[in-house]
Amino acid sequence: MNEELIRTLNSIVASATPLVIASIGETITERAGVVNLSLDGSIILSAMVGFVAALASGSPLVGVLAAMFIGALIALIVAFGGITLRQDQVAVGFVLTLLAADLAQFLGQSYSRIPGPQVLNTSLPLLEQIPVIGPVFFRQSIFVYISYLLVFGAWYWLFRTRPGLAHRAVGERPETAFARGARVNLLRYLYTGLGGALVGLAGAAYSLSVKAGWSTPPSMAGDGWIALAIVIFGGWHPFRVVLGAYLFAGLRVLANIIQRTPDVSIPVVLLNGVPWALMIVTLLLVSGGTVERLVRVLPRPAQKWTRNFLRSDPPAALGTRFEPE
Amino acid sequence: MDIELQHIHKHFGPVHANNDISLSFRGGRIVGILGENGAGKSTLMKILSGFQPMDGGEIRINGARAAYTGPQAAIRHGIGMLQQDPLDVAAFTVLENFIYGQAGGLTLKRREGRARLEQICRRFGFSLEADTPIAQLSIGQRQQLEIVRLLSQGVKTLILDEPTTGISAEQKTILFNALRDLAARDGMCILLVSHKLEDVIALCDEVAVLRGGRLVGTRDMPATTGELVAMMFGQELPPQTRQPLNLEGAETVLALENLTLRGKRVIVENLSLRVRAGEIVGLAGLDGSGQEMLLRACVGLLKPVSGRVIVGGETLTGAPYRTFLARVVAFGAAGRLEEGLVAGLTLTEHIALVTETGALVDWSRARCHTQERLRQYNVRGRPESRVETLSGGNQQRLLMALMPACPLLMALEQPTRGLDVDSARWIWQQLLARRANGTAILFSSAELDELTAYSDRILVFYAGRIFEIPDASRASVDELGRLIGGHFDGAAGA
Repeated sequence: MNEELIRTLNSIVASATPLVIASIGETITERAGVVNLSLDGSIILSAMVGFVAALASGSPLVGVLAAMFIGALIALIVAFGGITLRQDQVAVGFVLTLLAADLAQFLGQSYSRIPGPQVLNTSLPLLEQIPVIGPVFFRQSIFVYISYLLVFGAWYWLFRTRPGLAHRAVGERPETAFARGARVNLLRYLYTGLGGALVGLAGAAYSLSVKAGWSTPPSMAGDGWIALAIVIFGGWHPFRVVLGAYLFAGLRVLANIIQRTPDVSIPVVLLNGVPWALMIVTLLLVSGGTVERLVRVLPRPAQKWTRNFLRSDPPAALGTRFEPE
Repeated sequence: MDIELQHIHKHFGPVHANNDISLSFRGGRIVGILGENGAGKSTLMKILSGFQPMDGGEIRINGARAAYTGPQAAIRHGIGMLQQDPLDVAAFTVLENFIYGQAGGLTLKRREGRARLEQICRRFGFSLEADTPIAQLSIGQRQQLEIVRLLSQGVKTLILDEPTTGISAEQKTILFNALRDLAARDGMCILLVSHKLEDVIALCDEVAVLRGGRLVGTRDMPATTGELVAMMFGQELPPQTRQPLNLEGAETVLALENLTLRGKRVIVENLSLRVRAGEIVGLAGLDGSGQEMLLRACVGLLKPVSGRVIVGGETLTGAPYRTFLARVVAFGAAGRLEEGLVAGLTLTEHIALVTETGALVDWSRARCHTQERLRQYNVRGRPESRVETLSGGNQQRLLMALMPACPLLMALEQPTRGLDVDSARWIWQQLLARRANGTAILFSSAELDELTAYSDRILVFYAGRIFEIPDASRASVDELGRLIGGHFDGAAGA
């Protein structure tokens, strides 16, 4: 297969990885009924902190842990505001995203555009030998491999385990979860914190690998909002979320290539808009009765899986409060 | 298993919802818990099933004191409750709902769960398919699933809160058979909270009656409806007598000519109907048989595909709801909080919506109006409280208070749904008073007694087909039940 094409696919997977990690984190949070809108600022701040911590300690691992701590901390503030202080989660998250982004630029001023540690690609032995798939998926950084584990792990947890049932129930109908013995608000704190830690990890994946280094204005600004959109596009299902992230990153890389091609003259703005238009069209297609009609013509064993996969309803209790009687 | 409740107390603010209630239940018996709305029966059952903590008192199970908090802990003590709106998760499948809450390892063990689910369903003749999403089930099926789940969790005492609201007659038969079987064969204790006295009479071995938070008494069945009502209200209510109205020469208020209505599942074709001033027309039928469409078409909320709607001599086909309102037509939706009232607004704000017609609201005047109307319509609630905090009966009375005092026509969807006998009677007193002033009333109801007691004429809907009973006073409940089931053939009438 064409070397150039494989290199392009490899770079799509690499550049999609922070989006995958962040949107899996947000999926975990929203599946528990909490909407953490602070993603964009949270990614920026944790990218900065991750870079600075790695630089100061000389260890990328310390950077990653610091970034995850920051992500979890911001998420827990959202949870505290939404659950304990009974404020609107959307408002708290929105304010935090602005605050965190500005804080990152202010605190990170003196670290802008200086060289620092980087996580390099490590090929996975044996797996990298597989034709096409090997070079695309298994000659990547450790962040990419973690993202694979996260996608499968999140899916397995949500749909194949008992605690996963409780996790989803807390986001769908907390009254039921309470009646079946779940400590609803504790679980919501837990999954918000966990999701936030992954958002922080996504920040570290930017500053230590994908867009290595730190600069003001931050190069990953706006990606947090994209991750939020991908969660919706992905119907809160890990497999669809990862597809959405790859699709989005793919279109972005494609836009770059077309831009560089001399004899094609499509305005950049238009190219940048294509992924969004595509998302809206897809959402229209998968929402409402279309899915159900499609599912009914499939053979019975495939129905449930397809319905699960294409379902686009948000968790029914998303963004609501729960107070046990 | 035997349960003893001793001196249970529960306060909600100033309300003493349960006042020193002592009761005991024995295994193998079906006990009806009776009382009008707000009598404290739901509170007592929630305490027993762990949904609410008690303020004072003691629960003893098989002689030993049991202290538990939370529904899951109650289930471990063998007590499970089926809520009126079953507590499940709409996004889950039947199997996931069945498994969720049951003990087991990390993984779901779907195969074991499926086998257990099918085994219990087979015993009771429940029709549950493991992979169906809950969102596609009827209320009756969701109840079956909850019962199956509670049984699988080892519950020995089953509490059911108004289980026959919103389920079909066939499902009710299956449910009652299952409950009888559980009591007789498994020695389970079944507690049935209901204000449908016919269900209590059909099913229960004994009843306990609450009134105003206190236990009035217990008695063994059988008992007549009259005796039960006497216990619930402290007096025996006289049977409602219908004043025959002379409709000769009364003008036609509503005329429908060759009306065709199209709904999602049902089509009503070529319906012609004349309703005279002071006439009460009852609409019978299972939910979604076309009667709701007719009610909405009469007030302009549903546009007919063809035909004419004539109100007070004026053809209003296709006119907006506003035009109908201006001809003094009133509509009462079955979903009180969803369509009839605005959840989040206070009582005063509701009254102001009706009385304050200018651009600016004079709040002191609105408060006066509110006080007056609340008194007049016997609404028990403070003017500044939000409407969703009212009980069902008070919400329905408030709805009446918001309707014009002397309308030409009232179209009411299930005006007494979920109300206790006393509240329902009050609503009908009001409606009959309006009827005496010449208001024509169309109402739908799921209660056959209500239809035969108050209607002059009854229209029975079955899948869009209509059967007319011209003289409702001669209709028996049995006959009506058969018609609702679609047995139109051989029946006398139009």
